[in-house]
Amino acid sequence: MAENIESTKKVKIPRHEMPCQEPEVRARNFEEVALGYTEETAIEEAKRCLQCKKPKCVTGCPVEVLIPEFIKKVAEGDFQEAGNVLKIKNSLPAVCGRVCPQENQCESKCILGIKGESVAIGRLERFAADFGMKTGKSVFEKPALSGKRVAIIGAGPAGLACAGDLAKAGHAVTVLEALHVAGGVLMYGIPQFRLPKEIVQTEIENLKTMGVEILTNQVVGKITSVDELMENGYDAVFIGTGAGLPYFMDIPGENLNGVYSANEFLTRTNLMKGYKFPDYATPVKVGKNVAVLGAGNVAMDSARTALRLGAENVYIIYRRSRDEMPARKEELEHAEEEGIQFRLLTNPVAIEGDERGWVKSLTCLRYELGEPDASGRRAPIAIKGSEFDIPMDTVVVAIGQGPNPLVTTSTPGLELNKRGNIVADPETLMTSKPGVFAGGDIVTGAATVILAMGAGKKAAAGIDQYLKGK
Amino acid sequence: MYHVVKKRLLATGIALLDVNAPAVAAKVEPGQFVIVRVDEQSERIPLTVMDFDREKGTITIVVQDVGYSSAIITGMNEGDAFQDFVGPLGVESEIENYGTVVCIGGGLGIAPIHPIARALKDAGNHVISVLGARSADLLILEDEMAAASSEVVIATNDGSKGVKGFVTDGLAEVLAQGHQVKAIWAIGPMIMMKAVVDYTRSLGIKTIVSMNPIMVDGTGMCGACRISVGNETKFACVDGPEFDGHLVDFDLAMKRLAFYKDEENRAKARLECNHEGGHH
Ligand SMILES: Cc1cc2nc3c(=O)[nH]c(=O)nc-3n(C[C@H](O)[C@H](O)[C@H](O)COP(=O)(O)OP(=O)(O)OC[C@H]3O[C@@H](n4cnc5c(N)ncnc54)[C@H](O)[C@@H]3O)c2cc1C
Ligand SMILES: Cc1cc2nc3c(=O)[nH]c(=O)nc-3n(C[C@H](O)[C@H](O)[C@H](O)COP(=O)(O)OP(=O)(O)OC[C@H]3O[C@@H](n4cnc5c(N)ncnc54)[C@H](O)[C@@H]3O)c2cc1C
Ligand code: SF4
Ligand code: SF4
Ligand code: FES
Repeated sequence: MAENIESTKKVKIPRHEMPCQEPEVRARNFEEVALGYTEETAIEEAKRCLQCKKPKCVTGCPVEVLIPEFIKKVAEGDFQEAGNVLKIKNSLPAVCGRVCPQENQCESKCILGIKGESVAIGRLERFAADFGMKTGKSVFEKPALSGKRVAIIGAGPAGLACAGDLAKAGHAVTVLEALHVAGGVLMYGIPQFRLPKEIVQTEIENLKTMGVEILTNQVVGKITSVDELMENGYDAVFIGTGAGLPYFMDIPGENLNGVYSANEFLTRTNLMKGYKFPDYATPVKVGKNVAVLGAGNVAMDSARTALRLGAENVYIIYRRSRDEMPARKEELEHAEEEGIQFRLLTNPVAIEGDERGWVKSLTCLRYELGEPDASGRRAPIAIKGSEFDIPMDTVVVAIGQGPNPLVTTSTPGLELNKRGNIVADPETLMTSKPGVFAGGDIVTGAATVILAMGAGKKAAAGIDQYLKGK
Repeated sequence: MYHVVKKRLLATGIALLDVNAPAVAAKVEPGQFVIVRVDEQSERIPLTVMDFDREKGTITIVVQDVGYSSAIITGMNEGDAFQDFVGPLGVESEIENYGTVVCIGGGLGIAPIHPIARALKDAGNHVISVLGARSADLLILEDEMAAASSEVVIATNDGSKGVKGFVTDGLAEVLAQGHQVKAIWAIGPMIMMKAVVDYTRSLGIKTIVSMNPIMVDGTGMCGACRISVGNETKFACVDGPEFDGHLVDFDLAMKRLAFYKDEENRAKARLECNHEGGHH
C-alpha cells in the first residue's frame, strides 16, 4: 500500500530534461550536443525509479544491465559504485548511455512509462559511466590464465565486447582491426557531436589494461586469413567485421563529383578529422545545398554533419512519410531544431551534373500515400509527371550498408545467407566452421551498438564453453 | 611504427623508400598496394608496391611529390617512420605464361610495373618493357627494369633518350617488329593509360591498366574509389586496382581525380608557406 502511494507520487514527477547546447550554436560546432546531468539532477532523476522487484526495464536491455541496482547507487550519491555496477554487464556504458535507442529498449519497458514518463535510464547510465571515467578507477582483477588464445577480427562494439569478456575469463585475446584505430562505427561513423571519440578511446584503453592486445592496420583476408589464424596457434576466432559496404541507389549521376556515400562523408569527417582541415590533411567538401538521401540514423548524422561543415541548406529526402522514418526520435528532433529541412514523400530519380562532372541539381519525383498494404503501412505511390529539380552541390547517399566480403570470401567453408551475412548458431554464435564464431552487424545486418555488444558477449560465452570442451 | 630503412632519390621530386613492414612483405604480390599515414594529422595515402624483400621484411615504395602529403613523404629520410602502413591491398596481377607480353610504364608508373614485369618474366614470358618519361633525366628505374625484362624500349617526349614521342610510339615500334603480343600491362598517368587502350582496342590485344582514384580506407568501406568499368560501378581498392582497360571509363575517372583540387591547392600552399616561414 505504502509502495503504491509512493509510486503514484513518483509517476507525477516529470522526467528530468537533458541539458543541451542551444540549436543555433551547436549547428555550427562539433562539440557534444548533450551536456549531461549535474550531480543534483542525476540524484533527483534516480530517485524517480521505483526499484521494482521484477524490473521490466531489464528485459528491454539486450545485455541485461543491472538497472535498478545502478540507479539505486546514483540515488545514494555513490556514483563510483554505480559505474562499477554498470560495468558488470556492459563494457561500454559511456557509449551506450549516449547512443542506445533507449526509447525502444530499456525505457520502453519501464513501469513508470505506462502511466507517465519512464525513468531516464540512458541519461543516468551516461552520467554514472562518465563519473567512473573521470575518476579513472577500473575494477579488474587478473583472472587465472587458461592458456588459450583467441583472435578477434574487427574492433567494433561486437569485437570489443567479446574481447572484454574473454579476457575476464582468462583467455589471451588479440584483436585485429583493418583501420588505424579501434572502435569501428563508433570511431568512423557516429559523429563527434553525438559520441566524443575520447570516450570511445578511454573505453578501449580499459580493455588494454585488462590485457587485450589490439593490432591496427590488419586487413584480414589480405595480411592473414581465418584459416591461417587457426593454423597459427589461435584456438578460436571471432568475426565481428560489421556492415561496412555502402549501398548506392543506382540512379544516373551517382559517380559525379560531389556525391558521397554516407560512409565516406562520415569517415572523412570523424575518423580523419576533416572538420579540422587543413590542420588535419584529409579534406571533406560541402557546397551550399546538400541533399541526404535516406532517413535513418546514418542519414541524420550525415545531415547534421553537413550543417556543421558550413552548408546553408541541408535536405533529408525520403520517399515515405514522417512516421516511417527509421531514425531515433531524439535524433530527428535534434536535426529539426538545428534547421535540417525534410522533403518527405519525395524520391530522387537522377543527379544532374555540369560539364566538369560536378553535381548541379537533384531531380525528384513526388509521392502520395496509397491504400494500406499487407503490413498495414500506407505504401507511397509516385505521382505521374511530378518531376522537379532542386539546385544541389553535394549529395550524400545514406540508404544502408551491406556486409563487407573481404573476410567471408577469403574463408572457405563459411556458410552465408542470401544477403552475404554470416550464418551463426543463435545460442553459441558458432559458424559452420568449428571454432569460428561471428556476431554483430556481419550476422544481423546493420543494427545497433548494444545488439552488437550483446552478440559479442554471447559469442564470448560460446567460445569459453567451446574452449573448455577442447 | 614502420621505419624507413633506405632512401634513394631517383629524380627531382621522386624518392624511393624501403620501409620495414615484415608482415606486409610476407604476403604482398605484384599489382598490390599499401596505404600509409605519416602521423596523426596525415591523410591515408595509397602507394603501389615497387618491390618487396620477404627475408629482410621490407616494402619498397616510390613516391612523387605532387602535393601536400606526397611532399612530406618524399622528404622522409632513413630512420623516419610511418605511423601506419596497411597492406597488402587490392587484387594481385594475374601472372601466367602468356607468351610474349608488353609492360608499359609511364613516368612514375614504371615503379608499379616493375614487380609485374619481373613476375611475368619468372613465369616464362618474353617480357618487352616500354618505359616512357618526359625527358631522360626524369626516367626512373632503368637498371631495375632491364633486369626484370627480356627487352626494354624507351620513349621520351623530347627525344633525349630512345624513341621520340609517347609510350604509344614505343609500343608501335614493338608491334612493328612483328611480336605476337598476347597481353599488355599499362601503368602511368590516366591520360597515358587512356591513350594506350585507345590504341590497342582496335588491335584486339588484352590490355590491363592499374587505376589510381582517390581513396580513403582501401577496404571497400567508403566507395570514394568508385570507377565505371563496362558501365558497372566498381571499387578500385577491392575489385582492382587492375582492370581490363578496354572497359574503363577514363573520362569519368579523370574528372573524379579533381574532386579536391581547391583543398589540395590550399594544403600545398600552406606547406610552402610554413617552409618559407620556418626554415629560411
Ligand atoms: C553513422 C551511423 C550512426 C549510427 N548510430 C547509431 C546509434 O545512434 N545507436 C546505435 O545503437 N547504433 C547506431 N549505429 C549502428 C551501430 O553503429 C552498429 O550497429 C554497430 O557499430 C555494429 O557493431 P559491429 O561491431 O558489428 O561492427 P562495426 O562497428 O562496423 O565494426 C566492425 C569493425 O571491423 C573492422 N573490419 C571490417 N573488415 C575487416 C577485416 N577484413 N579485417 C579486420 N577488420 C575489419 C572495421 O574496420 C570495423 O572497425 C549507427 C551506424 C552508423 C553507420
Ligand atoms: C592504388 C594507387 C596506387 C598509387 N601508387 C602511387 C605510387 O606508387 N607512387 C605515387 O607517388 N603515387 C601513387 N598514387 C597516387 C598517390 O596516392 C597520390 O599522388 C597522393 O595521394 C597525392 O597526395 P598529395 O597530398 O601529395 O597530393 P594532392 O595535392 O592531394 O593531390 C594530387 C593528386 O593526387 C590525387 N589524390 C589526392 N588524394 C588522393 C588519395 N587519397 N588517393 C589517391 N589519389 C589521391 C588527386 O587526384 C590529385 O590529382 C597511387 C594512388 C592509388 C589510388
Ligand atoms: S545498455 Fe542501452 S538498452 Fe541497456 S540499459 Fe543501457 S541504455 Fe538501456
Ligand atoms: S522498470 Fe523503471 S521504475 Fe522499475 S526498476 Fe526499472 S527503471 Fe526503475
Ligand atoms: S577506398 Fe574506400 S572503398 Fe575503396
